[in-house]
This record gives sequence, C-alpha cells and structure tokens, in this order.
Amino acid sequence: MWGFLKRPVVVTADINLHLVALTGMGLLSRLWQLTYPRAVVFDEVYYGQYISFYMKRIFFLDDSGPPFGHMVLALGGYLGGFDGNFLWNRIGAEYSSNVPVWSLRLLPALAGALSVPMAYQIVLELHFSHCAAVGAALLMLIENALITQSRLMLLESVLIFFNLLAVLSYLKFFNCQKQSPFSLSWWFWLTLTGVACSCAVGIKYMGVFTYMLMLVVAAVHAWHLIGDQTLSNVRVFCHLLARAVALLVIPAVLYLLFFYVHLILLFRSGPHDQIMSSAFQASLEGGLARITQGQPLEVAFGSQVTLRSVFGKPVPCWLHSHQNTYPMIYENGRGSSHQQQVTCYPFKDVNNWWIVKDPRRHQLVVSSPLRPVRHGDMVQLVHGMTARSLNTHDVAAPMSPHSQEVSCYIDYNISMPAQNLWRLEIVNRRSDTEVWKTILSEVRFVHVNTSSVLKLSGAHLPDWGFRQLEIVGEKLSRGYHESTVWNVEEHRYGTSQEQREREWELNSPVQVDASRNLSFMARFSELQWRMLVLRSDDSEHKYSSSPLEWVTLDTNIAYWLHPRTSAQIHLLGNIVIWVSGSLALAIYMLLFLWYLLRRRRNVHDLPQDAWLRWVLVGALCAGGWAVNYLPFFLMEKTLFLYHYLPALTFQILLLPVVLQHISDHLCRSQLQRSVFSALVVAWYSSACHVSNTLRPLTYGDKSLSPEELKALRWKDSWDILIRKH
Amino acid sequence: MPPATGGGLAETELRPRRGRCGPQATRAADRDVAARAAARNPKRPARGSRRFETASRWALLALVTLLSFATRFHRLDEPPHICWDETHFGKMGSYYINRTFFFDVHPPLGKMLIGLAGYLSGYDGTFLFQKPGDKYEHHSYMGMRGFCAFLGSWLVPFAYLTVLDLSKSLSAALLTAALLTFDTGCLTLSQYILLDPILMFFIMAAMLSMVKYNSCVDRPFSAPWWFWLSLTGVSLAGALGVKFVGLFIILQVGLNTIADLWYLFGDLSLSLVTVGKHLTARVLCLIVLPLALYTATFAVHFMVLSKSGPGDGFFSSAFQARLSGNNLHNASIPEHLAYGSVITVKNLQMAIGYLHSHRHLYPEGIGARQQQVTTYLHKDYNNLWIIKKHNTNSDPLDPSFPVEFVRHGDIIRLEHKETSRNLHSHYHEAPLTRKHYQVTGYGINGTGDSNDFWRIEVVNRKFGNRIKVLRSRIRLIHLVTGCVLGSSGKVLPKWGWEQLEVTCTPYLKETLNSIWNVEDHINPKLPNISLNVLQPSFPEILLESHMVMIWGNNGLKPKDNEFTSKPWHWPINYQGLRFSGVNDTDFRVYLLGNPVVWWLNLLSIALYLLSGSIIAIAMQRGTRVPAEVAGLSQVLLRGGGQVLLGWMLHYFPFFLMGRVLYFHHYFPAMLFSSMLTGILWDTLLRLCAWGLASWPLARGIHVAGILSLLLGTAYRLFALEPDLLPLFQYNYRQFSSPEDCLSSPEFLDHIRKVMLVIDAAVTNVEDLSSLEEYLVSLGRKHRTVGVKLSSFSVGKGALPLSRAPDLGPLLSPRSPLATHYLSSIPISLDNQSCICPAVWPRHALDLSELPSFLV
Repeated sequence: MWGFLKRPVVVTADINLHLVALTGMGLLSRLWQLTYPRAVVFDEVYYGQYISFYMKRIFFLDDSGPPFGHMVLALGGYLGGFDGNFLWNRIGAEYSSNVPVWSLRLLPALAGALSVPMAYQIVLELHFSHCAAVGAALLMLIENALITQSRLMLLESVLIFFNLLAVLSYLKFFNCQKQSPFSLSWWFWLTLTGVACSCAVGIKYMGVFTYMLMLVVAAVHAWHLIGDQTLSNVRVFCHLLARAVALLVIPAVLYLLFFYVHLILLFRSGPHDQIMSSAFQASLEGGLARITQGQPLEVAFGSQVTLRSVFGKPVPCWLHSHQNTYPMIYENGRGSSHQQQVTCYPFKDVNNWWIVKDPRRHQLVVSSPLRPVRHGDMVQLVHGMTARSLNTHDVAAPMSPHSQEVSCYIDYNISMPAQNLWRLEIVNRRSDTEVWKTILSEVRFVHVNTSSVLKLSGAHLPDWGFRQLEIVGEKLSRGYHESTVWNVEEHRYGTSQEQREREWELNSPVQVDASRNLSFMARFSELQWRMLVLRSDDSEHKYSSSPLEWVTLDTNIAYWLHPRTSAQIHLLGNIVIWVSGSLALAIYMLLFLWYLLRRRRNVHDLPQDAWLRWVLVGALCAGGWAVNYLPFFLMEKTLFLYHYLPALTFQILLLPVVLQHISDHLCRSQLQRSVFSALVVAWYSSACHVSNTLRPLTYGDKSLSPEELKALRWKDSWDILIRKH
Repeated sequence: MPPATGGGLAETELRPRRGRCGPQATRAADRDVAARAAARNPKRPARGSRRFETASRWALLALVTLLSFATRFHRLDEPPHICWDETHFGKMGSYYINRTFFFDVHPPLGKMLIGLAGYLSGYDGTFLFQKPGDKYEHHSYMGMRGFCAFLGSWLVPFAYLTVLDLSKSLSAALLTAALLTFDTGCLTLSQYILLDPILMFFIMAAMLSMVKYNSCVDRPFSAPWWFWLSLTGVSLAGALGVKFVGLFIILQVGLNTIADLWYLFGDLSLSLVTVGKHLTARVLCLIVLPLALYTATFAVHFMVLSKSGPGDGFFSSAFQARLSGNNLHNASIPEHLAYGSVITVKNLQMAIGYLHSHRHLYPEGIGARQQQVTTYLHKDYNNLWIIKKHNTNSDPLDPSFPVEFVRHGDIIRLEHKETSRNLHSHYHEAPLTRKHYQVTGYGINGTGDSNDFWRIEVVNRKFGNRIKVLRSRIRLIHLVTGCVLGSSGKVLPKWGWEQLEVTCTPYLKETLNSIWNVEDHINPKLPNISLNVLQPSFPEILLESHMVMIWGNNGLKPKDNEFTSKPWHWPINYQGLRFSGVNDTDFRVYLLGNPVVWWLNLLSIALYLLSGSIIAIAMQRGTRVPAEVAGLSQVLLRGGGQVLLGWMLHYFPFFLMGRVLYFHHYFPAMLFSSMLTGILWDTLLRLCAWGLASWPLARGIHVAGILSLLLGTAYRLFALEPDLLPLFQYNYRQFSSPEDCLSSPEFLDHIRKVMLVIDAAVTNVEDLSSLEEYLVSLGRKHRTVGVKLSSFSVGKGALPLSRAPDLGPLLSPRSPLATHYLSSIPISLDNQSCICPAVWPRHALDLSELPSFLV
C-alpha cells in the first residue's frame, strides 16, 4: 500500500511536477488581474501608438529598436481585435472600451511567466542540483521588478525571455554535443539558439550583447573542437559549418525577415515620412506616392523639378528661392551681393520649382525628342517663378562666412556670361553615362567657375530670410557630406515657354500615370540606417538614472498613479534579491580568481568536472550580467532602471549556483552545511517577505495610507508618490 | 638648424642601446630563442664575419637615423608662419614662458617641453600666435620646431630597433624604417610645433623599452633588466603626460605585464617569494614610478604657472585664489553674506561660470520676451548681483540700518546691478532644455513681482545659519514654482552670445549644476577677513584640473552639417588635414599619408589576420612543421601579435569616442601598422623562399621582394607631390608683370563682379552712410585677401572701358554721385607688392576714386 502511494510521486515528481508547478505559479503571478489598471501605464503610451500604427497599417519610424518587438505587441492587439483607435497621449488616460487591454498585455506577461521555468531548466542544464534550480526559479518568481515589467505592455520581459531561451537552447545543444552530435535534437537546439538570439536582437538592440556572448562561448567551444585530434578534418569542418549557418546565417536571415514583414505590414504613408528619402516615401501608399505617381522617370533639359536635400537635417527641405534679396549689409557689418535669396524651405511651395535648362539653348521647354540629362552634363537651374538662374560667387554666405553665397541672379534670357553653370554629378551612379532619374538619383551640383558644391548648411536665416534654412556653396575639396546631395522629388516636363503660362503650369497639380517600387533591400538598408543615425533629443526625464544607481537599487520609476486614490505602480525591485545578487557576483569573482591562481600553482581545489562547470556558469551568468550591464556606461542616451533587468536575470541565475557551491565545497562538516541551509531558508523567507510587502506597489491594487507609503520608502532616493489632501 | 635644445632626455634614453642586452638576447640560453636563431642562420658565420656583421648592423642603424634626421630637418624653417595647431601649442609654450595660467584639454608635459625648448633657444614669449598664417618675422621659432623635429626623428630608429628585436631580422627592420622615413604624413607631422611628435616619441620609446625588457627575460633583476623596465615606466609617464592617448600604450604595457606575470606565476620552479619580487619590481617601475613622474609634471606645471591668465574661469574659486593677479589672490573680503552685498555667484560644476545677465532680451518665440540670464565664464561687471530682502525695497546700505545677515532658508531677491532687474522665473519653458523653466531678468529698478523670490539654502546645513562666502554651497529655490536655479551647460545660439543656458529645474535632485557659491563679495559695512585659509592642497588641485580636462575633452562635440573626420577615413588616407595655405600664402602644407605606405599597411593587416589564423588553426590541429617554419610562425604570431595589439589599441577606441576627431589621431596606430608590415612581409617572403628551397632563385625572392618594397615606398614619396597640387589650387595665380595681371581673364571677371555688386548697391541705396559702410567693408575684404593700396597706381589707365564692355549698360546714372561723395573719405597708403587678380586700377571707368574705399 505504501509502495502504491509512493509510485506516482516517484515517476512524475522527477521534473514535470516542478516544472508544472513553477509554470503555474509564474502564470498566476503574471496574469492575475492583468487588465488592472485599465489605464495607460508609463511607456505603454509610447509603445501603444506604434500598435495603433500597425493596426492602421501606417508607416512609422522608431529608433529605439528593430521592429520585431513592436510586432509582438501588435500581435496581441491583432488577436484581441484592436482597431487602433485610441489616442495615446498621456500616462494615466483611461482605456476606451475598444482597447483589448487583456490581450495587449498577454504576450509580455506570458513571456515573463515562462522565464520562471526556464530559469529552472537553465540551472539544471548547467548540471547543478534541483534544489538550486528550483531556488533560481523561485527567485525569478518573487522578483517584484520583473513582475511589474511583465504585466504591462512593455518589451523587457520579452527580451529577457529570448535571452534566457538562447542560453537554455545553447546549453541543451552543448549537452547533446557530448553524446550525439548531428542528431535531430542537436540540430533543433542549435537552430533554436540562433533563432532566439535573432529574436532578442529584433526586440531591442540590447539583445546584441547576449548574442555576442553566445557567439564567443560557441567560438571557444569550437576552438576546443578544432584542437580535438580524434576528429577527422572533414568532421571538424562540418561542425564549424553547422555552427556558422545556425549562429550567423539564420539570425541574419531572420533579422531581415522581421523588416520584411514590417515593411509589408506598413504600406501607408504616415507621420514620419519626412525623415525618409523621396524614393522611400514614394513606395508608400498615399503621401508622396500620390503626388509622384506617374511622373516621368528621366530628367531632361526643360524639365521642371523640385529638389530635396537628401541629408534632411535639421529638417527635411526643398531648394527654394523667392523675390526677396539678401540684405545689403548684415547685422555684423558684412556686406552681401544683394541678390535674390536662395534657401531651403521645409514646406511644399510653388517657389520650390526649378527648371533644368540647357546652357546652349534658349528655351525652357523640353525638346522633342527628349534629351535626358546625364552625369557630368552642364546645366543651368532656372527658378520657375522668377525665371532667374541659380548662381554662386565669391561672396561670403550670410550665416557661414567660410562658404560662398548662393543666389539667384540675372533673368535667364539676358545673354550675359554669368556664373550660373553647374556640373551635374550623380553620386549613386553605376556607370559614368547614367541618366538623372527622378527620386532615385542622388546628385550634387558642382559650380563650374568656383568648383564649389551646393550645400545645405543647417543654419537658420534670421528674419529677413523668413527663418528658412541657409544654402551655401562649399569648396569641393572639403570632402563628401550628405548635406551636399540632392534628389528630384516632383518632376514634369515643361511645355510652356511664356512666363505667365509657366507660372500657371507650375501652380497646377501634377499629372498621374504609373507607380514605381523600391527593392526590399534598398528599403531595408535605408530604414535601418535612419533608425541607427536618428537622434532624438536627449531629453532629461524625471525618472532617468545612471547605471551606478542600479546595482544597489538606489532608484525607482513611478509607473502609474490611480486618479483618485493613492494606489500606484512602481518599478521597484526586491531589494534583498538585488543586493544578494550583487553580493553573489562578487563572491563568484573572488572565488574564481582564487581557484584560478591556485590552479596555476598546481593546487586543484575542485575536481576537473566541477571546475569546468564552475567556469561555464561564470561565462554564461557573470558574463551575461557583464555584457548586459557594462556597455551602459559608454552610452550617452537617457537611461532607466528597466535597462538593468536583463542583467539582473543573469545575476539571479548565478545566485543559487553560488549558494550551492558554498554548501558543497566550502562547508566542511555536516553541521556547517545544516547551519548554512538554515541561513539560506531564512534569507529566502525574508526575500518573500519583502516581496509581499512591496506587492501593493507592484500590482497597484491596494491604496495605502500616507503613513504606510512613508514606511515603504526604505531609501531616501526612492520616489514614492504621496497625495496631499 | 641643429637640435640644440631639449634633447637631453632623449639622448639619455638612447645611450643604453650600447648596453649588451639586445644583441646578447639572440645568443640566449633560452631554448626557444636559440632554436629560432638556429633556424634563421643554418650556417653559423665564422667569428670574423660576425664582427663584420655587428659593424654593419651599427652602420645600418646609423644610416637609418641619419636619413630620418635629414628628412625631418630638411627645410624645417618653412613656412615661416604659423601652421595649423601651432597656434595653440606655440601659444601655450609662450604661456609657460610668461608664467600665465591657461586651460587646455591635454596634460601639461608636452607643452611644458615646447615652452622649455623655446626658452632655451631664446624665444621670449612675446609672439601672440593669434591665427594660422601669421608670420613669425623676427621671433625665434626654430628652437621649438627643431625640438619637435628632433623627437619626431627618433621614431624611425625606434621602430627599426623594435622590429629588429621582435623579428630578429634586419630586412624586416629596414623595411619598417623605410616605410616610416618615406611616409609623407609622419614627415609632415614631425616638423611643426605640435604635441604629436612628442607623444609618438614617448609611445615608441615605451614600446621599444618594453620589447627590450621582454628580451631580457632570461636574466631577471640584472642591470639591463632594471634599466629597460624603469625606462618603460618613464616613457609611459611621458606619453600620458603629453596626451591622454598615452593611456592606450599603458594598456598595452599592462596587458603585456599581466601575461608576463601569469607566465611566471605558472612556473612552478619559481618560489612564491621570487614571484612576489617580480610583482613588486613591476609595481614599482610600471605603476609607482610613472605615477610619481606624472604627478611631478603637474607639480611643475602649477609651480610655473603662478600668474592669473585666460584659464582662470574654468576653475573653482579656491583654485583661483592661488594665482597672483587674480582678484581672489591674497584677497580679503567679508566672510558672511549680508543684505545689500554685491556678489558674484559661481556654479560649482566645472566650467559653467558665473551667473550673468545683460541688456538683451530673449528673442521672440523663446519664452517670455524678458532680459536674458545666462552663465558666463569670464569675469565681467555684468556678473554682479545685489542681494536684497524680498519684502522691502529700502536700501540696506543706508548707514542707519543695522547689518542684517542672510541666513539659510531666507527668502531673498537678487537684483542685477547693471540693469536693476530681478532674477525671475516662471512657467515658460527654457530656451534649450524644454522641460525646465525659463529664467529671466524682470522688473524695473528692482520692483518686480512674486516670481522674483528665491529661497536660499545651504547644502547640508541647519536653518538659521549664516551663509559663508566661497565656502557655503548654496541652492536657490524658486518660491512660486518650487524649482531650483541651475545651468544646463548647453550653449545658447547667437542671440545669447553663445553663453550657457540658465534654467530653473523642477527636478530637485542635487547635482553640481544646481549648486552655486558666492565668489566676490562687496559690502562696505562689514569687516574684511583674509581668505588664505582657502588655499587648496596639491591633491585637490590635481583632481580638479583632471576633472576640468575630462570635461573639456567631452565638450569637444562635432556639430551637425559639419564635415568631420571619421575613424574609418584614416587608414585609407581618405582625406588629409590642411596645415597651412588657407590665406594668401603660396606656401601650402597638407598632412596626407603616402598612399603606397598606407595602403600597403592596410593590405598587410588583412594578410596578417589571414595568415595568422591559418597558422593558429594548423597549430591547434596539431600539424607538424619543420623547425624553420615553426620559428617563423612564432615570430609572426608573437612579434606580429604584439604589434597588431598596439595598432588595435591605438585605433579602435576612437570609434567609441564622441568628441571631434582629426586625421592626425591615427598616426600612433600607423606607426604600429608599419611595424606589422615590416614583420609580415619579411616573414612571408622567407616562408615563400623556404617553400621554394629547391629552386635556385629561392633566396633571391626574399631579397628581391624586400628591395622592391623599399624602392616602391621611396619612389612614391617624390612622385607624389604633383598629384597633391590640385588640392591646393584656389583661384590665385602669380603674374610676372602688372600688365599680364590686368589683362588676365580672372581679373576681368573679378572686376565685373565687383562692379555689378557695387552697382546693385548704388542703385538701391537709401541712405549714403550705409553705402559707405558697405563699401568700406568690401574694401576690407579685398584687403584681407591681400590687395595692397599701391596696386592702384600700377594699373593707371590700364583698363579702359572697352575691356569690359558688358559693364556699361548696367551702371546706373546715380553712381557718379555716390562715388563723388565717397571720394571725400580720407585713406592711408602703404607700399606693398601686387597679387593678382585682386588688384584694382585707379582710373578704371569713371568711378575714378571708388577703389580707394575698397582697400
């Protein structure tokens, strides 16, 4: 009868019960009252607008990370049937009834919940005891900061999930390697490592750090493999090839795939169009595409064009001129040419039209047959509305006196040898006889007499220039810069020679015929490049913090405050876990150094296999902490406490491992071991207690009195909101 | 000119080359080395030929050194004007001679040496070094240039010796020396008063002595061992003392030392005591010694610069009290702040400056249109504020009132002394930091509103305490909005005179940006006390000057829309640096590497990585190779690896730097990559020759390869110059006679343009005085490009109207009137020669007198 009672436990308690229980508890802690608060919490206001864009299929640009993370969140919205109609404008705004809050928050919560059993498995795969593994999982379970971050529509929990998945699958693969290389599960785990790495990178650029760590660990293991002389050369080569494919090729392909899906999904023009090039904008439905559809492709002599600066900083703008002249004398006493101003204007305007004129012909219309303009041709640019030609000369420019002034001068039909000849250079040409194409060609205008280039200087003109941007001629020898590059955006062939008719023609809308498309790789590279170079203003934030404050949890972030009561949600960690995590890391480093130095003197404290395990755990956990934390010291952007969470998970993995090591190797007697276990239990229950005390700030479900709130402010630097009544 | 000055250090460093460490190392008992040596010379030379070999080695070294000196000192005196950064470093040299305090982002050693060289060579520090292109004239500059060239010349022999020691191959060393001798970039960079030759000298000296000391490894604690070890430390201190780039070579030596110690520690035949001795020796020579020397340079720096100068404002009040001539030096001012005192308020953050206001309003659209409040680094009467009670406007200096001290927690008003406006803040966003509130000057004659009230608080003090001048760290809290007065450290645009933004920040976190102290304090009713107690200790000054330097380095940020040099431009020689020739000079200097050398270096790095990884993988797979090949691959992996590490350490960190970068930052890395090229090609050609051993020409391959590389580099040096010319071509031409000049198309073109401009100005003229001003400015412009007054007599009548036919119709009838008026303005003449095309004929057209104003 006793045997009968025992048997099911013995069979199933082995792994499954642990796993099931941990998963269940994880789900419970993360999913409980998920829809509360039914209001915009902290960065939801930021991610939410992108979800709306996905739902409406509107193109946007976000420099915070690649699109996979946003797409994961949008998937939640899609499953919940969200129509995208919600105005994400302030933190604390109540969600309207059409917002499926539960399904929007579901995916991050699931990712957070699954991190708990994954921590368990990772420690097991590192060949440490079940006890340590369960300990790691339980610590993940009660870590308040992780709970808060998972229960909201934010990306850190998803990033942590994929980080852990990458580590776990690499460990599984590594363990397969010893027994059965090239087996099915070997392939599965190897591929999964690559997939998880690329998903992590796809969510936030931060994922690159974990990816690099995995690559280094894999490279070291591969190096050992190369040194293994029992394997044939061919076999070693196969091993290396498989790793290269799974860890380099697959992630790259997947990364491209994210962008592919992103660009397929977002095909409508939207608020960030202006940042992108004309060619990109023309590939979106609506917006520029509506205007440029059906424009003739090849620019010919007699074409009417608008010229957009490719650089687009500080704002995207078009080459512009108007009747006003430069003031004769500037405020600082310098003189100008007093000729017609040429500027760069950030709005569409009829004064942005220019006519490409052949210097040898008098007409301003296209001839038949068309004579396309090619790289290296001389052109004159005649301003459409005033019929004066673009000119630069050796007069200091208004705001940048080191460069030449650019002006419009002399009506095109006065036959006077003026300095208005420009040589056309197509920057992105493939051959030297390439034709100047609308939108696609990026061109420079080199002034023939002074060999200076037409450039957007980035300075704003004062009031006399209507605060438009300054255009200057810069010496060619100063080198290449994007601000000297222009492209044709709107284009049509000029047909009217008379000035009056031409003005009418310029004011009329452009005719329409067919569309053009940009290849995926071109769109991808442009989008990726813009995302990397886009600099949002480094805005100071009330809750921004510096990396040094994270380790000891000297800071917190107030996420949300109930509009009436003092119920509030904070990103605030379990301080016992944070401090002991940092302590464990320090102990690990000291012990590691100690062992290493002693081994060098041929004293082997640990048996070989325990030592290897100890090294591997350090490489993955301490290494994971280091790569996810230290780079922040070099970053200049605004940093928040939640940036530390990925590093924290690695610390939490290390913590029980160090405890087990102390108990196994440093406690000499059974008595010491028991005392140590008792201490660990006491420590763990204090962590539970802290977690429970901070629970109202984690879930925000309970309104505390001002006294209780004050009592929770354990550190002076914590910012807990107390209502004044 | 002979390198008469400042060479003492360098000579003592080189003398030990005659010590026996280097050559003996090849004959060392170390099996590894011996095997390698055996591999190199299968047939051991007879004793006589060995003597001959030693002699020829010395001869080669002498040749290399001579060549290096000859190229560096050739035409050193040209151009006789300031080139590029000479304007900074020459000026700083003068500061040392004049003993005035200044601020620079680099540590002082380099500039101190320049100053010393100038001093010893008779330069008196009177030249102003205002801008590049200024002529030196009678000032003695050759001493400073000669000193830099002297140090720069040692780079080649140092590289030669380093490679010789790493590869034990004369041809590799020769190749490296040739690359560096014939590299135009290294040549140019060594010829001027710059920090780079000094920096590179110390870097290479550190590398050389490290390598030398490594080869003494078999005889630890011997005299040469100690010598090279301590010399490494000295060079490290030198490198770091010149520029912070020296940290990279410190890192390299550090890594080398760690590896070295790790090896010793694993050697079980050595007792722990011996290992401890090794460790102590290294700590002493590589940490303690350099640190002591580095600190000593700062001590000298502070001692020499004892007078107040242009750098004062960057430093704290306490620091300034040290400088004679500063108004805080030996100052005596009232100790406690009282109502009615006139004060200046200084921000505690480095290099923010004094709270400042002036009679200019914030422009339209930027907050409220009230008077600007900024911070300003320089001392100025606009920095003065009067501290007043918030509720009364009576004059507290009235003798009938008793003195009332300001206490912690008081509500005060700060009135700007010059404009009588109150320091004011309100709920408008600040001009640059949008999340903060704007701070303005408001009110008339001190009458404002409740937004002018500030609570004064002393950090870490109790309520009711008096506030001490200089020593109290105070915060000013705006009463109505509760925000804290601070400076964001951002530079305001032109309308704010590029001073720094002052805001009121709603975030109450205590940062140095929002903490101030009272510096000047004038109150006739209070007794003055002496402030000598303020004198900071040496460690404090040292720390502060480092903080200011780091801050200054971080502050050198590139602006948008500027062409800046990127690290990836450098190794491909993408774009050089213009040293001289912006102005009217015909002497143009351009810093650009020799493309043959640089591209060969680049190719070599790629080739090295390829061959290195092939060899490493082969070794890991346990491939057996003959002893000769093993020796060569050891050279490639060890020697090449060290140099490659040097290249990486001196190059890659620049990718992470946010500050403005210049092409010349690559040169230390370039030295390392040239050494790598030498080692790589020599080893590869030897391997090649070994592989073809059966073929009669096998030995020839090595020789021929090295020779062709040598010739290739030398050839391009001289072929290069014509190619560079177009880079410098501006619109200038030198003409033989004035007639040539006047009939040249450039000249006619220029006249036409000037005439058109003048005509446009005259036809649109509204009031004559503005036209006059305009024409005078046009004249000034001509003058800056080198037009001389006397030129006008040359062209008398040389340009009849017929030469410029297109001008006629464009001139309006009003022009003669205007010119007549203008002709009454007197001018002064001086006699100089003519540079075309910017000359002007006196009797051109009917505007006969007009040209006078153009000059």
